[in-house]
Amino acid sequence: MSSTAPTVEGTAAAETPVTVRLRGIGKRFPGVIANDDVNIDVRRGTIHAIVGENGAGKSTLMKILYGVQPPDSGTIEINGEQVSLHSPADAIKAGVGMVFQHFMLADNLTVVENVVLGAERLHGIGGGARAEIKRISDAYGLDIEPDTLVEDLGVGARQRVEILKVLYRGASIVILDEPTAVLVPHEVDELFDNLRELKKEGLSVIFISHKLDEVLSVADEITVIRRGTTVKTVLPTEVTARQLAELMVGSELPSPSTESSTVTDQVLLSVKNLSLPGVGSRPLLDDISFEIHKGEVLGIAGVEGNGQAELVESIMGMRHGATGTITLSGTDLHTMSTRDRREAGVGYIPEDRHRHGLLLDAPLWENRVLGHQSRPPSAKGPLIDKRAARADTERIIEEYDVRTPGPNVLARALSGGNQQKLIVGREMSSEPILLIAAHPTRGVDVGAQAAIWTHIKTARRNGLAVLLISADLDELIGLSDTIEVILRGKLVGTFDPGDVTPEQLGSAMTGAGS
Amino acid sequence: MSSTRVIRIVLGISAPLLALVAAFLITSAVLYLADDPVLKVWDQLLSVPEARNVGNIVDNATVLYLSGLAAAIGFRMNLFNIGVDGQYRIAAFVAAVVAGEAWLPGYLNTFLAVLCAMAVGALWAGIAGVLRATRGVSEVISTIMLNAIATGLVAYLLRKASEQAEGSNVVATKTIPEDSWLPSITISDGPPVVDVYGFVVIAVVMGLLYWFVLNKTRFGFDLRATGRSTTAAVASGVSVNKMIVAAMMLSGAMAGLVGMPILLGSSHNYGSTFQSGLGFAGIAIALLGRNNAVGIGVGALLFAFLDEQSNPLQILVGVSPDIVAITQGVIVLTVVISYEVVRRYGVRLEQQAVARALEQERSTQKKEVSA
Repeated sequence: MSSTAPTVEGTAAAETPVTVRLRGIGKRFPGVIANDDVNIDVRRGTIHAIVGENGAGKSTLMKILYGVQPPDSGTIEINGEQVSLHSPADAIKAGVGMVFQHFMLADNLTVVENVVLGAERLHGIGGGARAEIKRISDAYGLDIEPDTLVEDLGVGARQRVEILKVLYRGASIVILDEPTAVLVPHEVDELFDNLRELKKEGLSVIFISHKLDEVLSVADEITVIRRGTTVKTVLPTEVTARQLAELMVGSELPSPSTESSTVTDQVLLSVKNLSLPGVGSRPLLDDISFEIHKGEVLGIAGVEGNGQAELVESIMGMRHGATGTITLSGTDLHTMSTRDRREAGVGYIPEDRHRHGLLLDAPLWENRVLGHQSRPPSAKGPLIDKRAARADTERIIEEYDVRTPGPNVLARALSGGNQQKLIVGREMSSEPILLIAAHPTRGVDVGAQAAIWTHIKTARRNGLAVLLISADLDELIGLSDTIEVILRGKLVGTFDPGDVTPEQLGSAMTGAGS
Repeated sequence: MSSTRVIRIVLGISAPLLALVAAFLITSAVLYLADDPVLKVWDQLLSVPEARNVGNIVDNATVLYLSGLAAAIGFRMNLFNIGVDGQYRIAAFVAAVVAGEAWLPGYLNTFLAVLCAMAVGALWAGIAGVLRATRGVSEVISTIMLNAIATGLVAYLLRKASEQAEGSNVVATKTIPEDSWLPSITISDGPPVVDVYGFVVIAVVMGLLYWFVLNKTRFGFDLRATGRSTTAAVASGVSVNKMIVAAMMLSGAMAGLVGMPILLGSSHNYGSTFQSGLGFAGIAIALLGRNNAVGIGVGALLFAFLDEQSNPLQILVGVSPDIVAITQGVIVLTVVISYEVVRRYGVRLEQQAVARALEQERSTQKKEVSA
């Protein structure tokens, strides 16, 4: 392999000095090559996007650059000097800061307290720190009030606090790991304005994402990673989203769009006046009513934490205390346990597959049984039918393309996408009449995503009713027949996916819209 | 596939072996530091037991095995039933009273006593189960409390139910009529004749039942699923609260059997000298045996063996037999550690296997493409 980064020659970007130079970075985990011969040049005053599928090795690479893990091979140069980073402290000293996808803030502390935490020596913990925070906030247009409590801040503001934390520690190279995953469209725009501000001040921003439109709109250079190695570095002006995606997957890519409507007039799930009291004054669910017909996909859009999980768990019978009625093809579910509801034909793809979908330390065939303990082929009378369950697991592995040596492997050993395919296969195998799919393609790669979409579409054609909850607006628009927007536990708007834009949905989701 | 199975079995056995070796070394270190004759102690502990001792070992192991099973039922569901000790004592007391009254003739009386013991054990443990299910009280705390209460309650009731023999300090319940005693089984015609508790058969049956219910039935699946992940079990339709109460009561019922071999096979009444502390040994044995029916059996035999072999240490080598308690305690610690080490190693092996399988798939795909 060559030892130069696949740079683009003869552009303006090529003339500014390189702040981060990665050469031949390799990292192996037992049995897995996470990174292999990664070469990247990040220039001063630019936003450098790193894109790749889930599991392509982006996160590992960033952990190496942030000193969390040492590379097995290769060199890191920062501002022209070769460094070896053994810990995040080393990285911070070298001027590298990282904003993680999941915020690391203490809600009950103020912005100042959060920022100085662990960096007390820089500017003290009092007025000096406050002044410095104010200075940074003004200089980069972050618009942060030092004395607000973090719990009073919205998601976008919290992210800006995270960025501020990094700048406070003197970072000149800022890594952002999938920063837009938690944001709604207009917050994304604000973030991008902040990032442009940073680069104007001469900082280097490394922006990790797999959302291609965003990358194309904000990045100055884009490096594509596939299977742990850098495939190509391109300029956003020279590629389309489609070309980028093809570089990422190395092949044709799918789209979630549904074909002709298969909605029937037969109501399958009817939810009426569903309310769930909350701990404080605000209810978790507030008078929710909707119907799903046979062959219909109802999408629920909303910023996370607005009642989606409570809605799903109430319908599944996992959460008690809700008032109102839920009927499944005419039967009142009120007195039915979760198992009764499952036996009545409700399939469930949970939001958090590790918490609700799998027994990680159990073999795949036992995971096939999970949720279907009482039904063939898993059960024979009061006994578990291991042989039949195993045979059916093999069928799922085959039909749903679960990459595994066999049904006796522990679920933990599979990658996220393959775990999800197993769950989808399992939930489809009992021929449900209603499928509750919460974020069915979260954290899975493009290939698995396409497969899951196809399975949902096929089942819908055969009369399945689907309640789809997703944070991926493209997925919602592409798969749903109707979209409802949920905000603070209330359904606040019905949209036709045929003529709604992600922006319109986004403003309804934050309550900014009409 | 069979090769992964072999690997799994090898890993399964290597963990306890590793733990035993570590415990052996640590005990030796303790002996050495205390200036005790290390080699002589091991010479005695690891000598081949005499026929008479073999009988004692089997008897003791029978009791420990039941205690281990009782703890293991809880463990399989991530419940720490520390209360086996109180459960078996209160159960044995009630069974002794019932059998002593001899309302039924012969073995019917025996059967009734055993049934009562299981019921009382189940109810006593059920208190902790209900508290946990309805009020979220940690079963660790409540069972420890219930142990203390059981001790007091039994001592109090024993006064009322007891017959004190003339000129003896021993307080005990009425002796069970002889036709309700469980006959012992002769394992060697001798000389010397070696008998073991007839209850050993029931212990083996209980082991089989434990294996069958937990591994083969839907109920067992629900129980194990709850133990592995409560949240996933709830989503799969398991009523966790019912399972908590059921598992605690089953564990208590098994605990109720712990005192039965002694009551029906040797003491024939419940007195102030009835053997105590068996419940705690059961926890250690369940850990050592990895909650596996055979593993618990091996663990019970090992603990019984060490106990028996340590008896003459004081006379022969001048070392307190309590050194064995240190060994047993250390075994439990090293077992927990070595299982975790081996488990992680196993997961890594498995991930490697998955990765290799994928790699192969990829390379064949590549060949197809290039061809």
